[in-house]
Amino acid sequence: MQKIGILIETTEGTLKKSNYGVISAAHGKGHELYAFVLDDRGSHHQDRLQAQGVQKIVEISSNAETSRWNPESRSKAIIQAMDHFDIHTLVGLTSAQGRDVLPRIAAFLDAPLVMDCIRVNLAEHIATKSQFSGKATASIKLDGTHFIFGIRPNAIDPVEAPCEAEVISYTVLSRTDRMTIKEVRRGKSKGIDLTEAEIIISGGRSMNSTDNFRILAECAEVMGAAVGASRAAVDAGYVPHSMQVGQTGTTVTPRLYIACGISGAIQHLAGMKTAGTVVAINKDPEAPIFKKCDYAIVGDLFEIVPILTRQLKRFLSA
Amino acid sequence: MAGGSAYYPLERKAMNIYVCVKHVPDSAANITIRDKTQFDESVVFLINPYDENAIEEALRLKERMGDSEVVIVTLGKESAGHTVRSALAMGADRGIFIQTNDYPDSILTAKALKTAILQDGRPDIIFTGKASIDSEGMQTMFRLAAEMDIPVATDVVGFSMANGRVTLERQAEAGATEVIEMTAPCVIGTGKGLNTPRYPKFKDIMMAKKKPVKQLDLAGLSLEKPAGSMTLLEFQPVEEDRYAQILKGDPEEVVRQLIERLRTEAKIF
Repeated sequence: MQKIGILIETTEGTLKKSNYGVISAAHGKGHELYAFVLDDRGSHHQDRLQAQGVQKIVEISSNAETSRWNPESRSKAIIQAMDHFDIHTLVGLTSAQGRDVLPRIAAFLDAPLVMDCIRVNLAEHIATKSQFSGKATASIKLDGTHFIFGIRPNAIDPVEAPCEAEVISYTVLSRTDRMTIKEVRRGKSKGIDLTEAEIIISGGRSMNSTDNFRILAECAEVMGAAVGASRAAVDAGYVPHSMQVGQTGTTVTPRLYIACGISGAIQHLAGMKTAGTVVAINKDPEAPIFKKCDYAIVGDLFEIVPILTRQLKRFLSA
Repeated sequence: MAGGSAYYPLERKAMNIYVCVKHVPDSAANITIRDKTQFDESVVFLINPYDENAIEEALRLKERMGDSEVVIVTLGKESAGHTVRSALAMGADRGIFIQTNDYPDSILTAKALKTAILQDGRPDIIFTGKASIDSEGMQTMFRLAAEMDIPVATDVVGFSMANGRVTLERQAEAGATEVIEMTAPCVIGTGKGLNTPRYPKFKDIMMAKKKPVKQLDLAGLSLEKPAGSMTLLEFQPVEEDRYAQILKGDPEEVVRQLIERLRTEAKIF
């Protein structure tokens, strides 16, 4: 029986869909899945988690004065839980949260860690991940007493595996005085994080204004997507840097990427080339992006996107 | 946060600022895999782009604080010495170059960096890029901080320091920003949004040749064998061809076709 710990991520009390792929990565013969939940809503998430094959839901809470976790206190809490339940393998998301927590756990345990895994073999401790900004992949063997894996969002298809889950409460004394989160400033664009989004619709310089990005936002809302942008749109001041997809922005791994009015500069492509399906909409038939997409639409995004929004709304509500 | 007029601290202290820098293949370089675990290294190598932001922030801190020193620390093959010089050309004061012909993993790298830094002096702050663009491990800075038992933050897009405390902005989820306070010494993992790295001028490149670089040997650091390790089994090339299907017709028709293809072929909806 191999116990696998899963670091579950939630956002504003909701279980992120991107957890399901991570849980599926942990499935295996003789694997017992322990989900670590740190938002005090373990019972609330029980139905969803047991549908995915989680047998134990460990609701970790802190009895420190401040109830808000920071990455240090969160990491220490998970390490204590791993020790208590005798868990030596941990999987989580390579998300903004995961990138701040998984390496801390690995560092403290002096344990091997592979981030951004597209495939894992938990029995043999082997992971496959991108190298050289996606030009190659590498298979890496982990050796040691503990094994930590950060899974790339959307890399592993979720597979339901219904079972009965037990909710266990576990309280830790976990505090840190070396680091304090003083304030969290919400982004102007609320919703899904670019690095985790399953669907992304992005705009380039042709968007021409901040206001015009509203057209993409409306389409995104219908699809449950995130909105991104090319560097040119960010440099022109239409949208903040946090929306930038590309080499000097964010690397994304969605199932669907829709590029609107984006020419397809190499630096932009570098940020989205692992997308499952790429749709390009551009007025210029010579735009380089048309050589790197799956579906090409030569047309005016200001015409096409609103039609897409309308037709999708009808299609998805049917 | 950013400068403006000169800042005169109440008590002038010498600040020891270390920057960990990696020598990596240019992101535009073609990667040709050889013998499963090697690649053709005759391509262009340069400073890891995120480490450039780290060097820049270190230099700005030195300019604000005065009476400080920026020390570059690099672990790599002989050719990595070129990156140490490039970092010195940006304005760093001196370098520590730990040579090895191996490719140590992050666990060993962090131990080497820590040993070399602590042998050298007492760090007040350590900057490094949030990840390297070749191995993309995203973890060395956390291991370095754990080795030194000091706090660490990554994805840092805003930074200031006063009276031994660091206030930083971290790029968090979904476009949000966290404002974090940390005690110093600490490790700062820098992101691209933090600053715009300066370009060295010709005279800076010339002057860099004379700046002192301490040469160390990885074996000579006598590091304890780590409990854990990551070993490369093999590289695999990535084929990236997409064959565009051009959708034709009036806008309504084209969109109809797209939705249908996404549904049936791409299985999106």
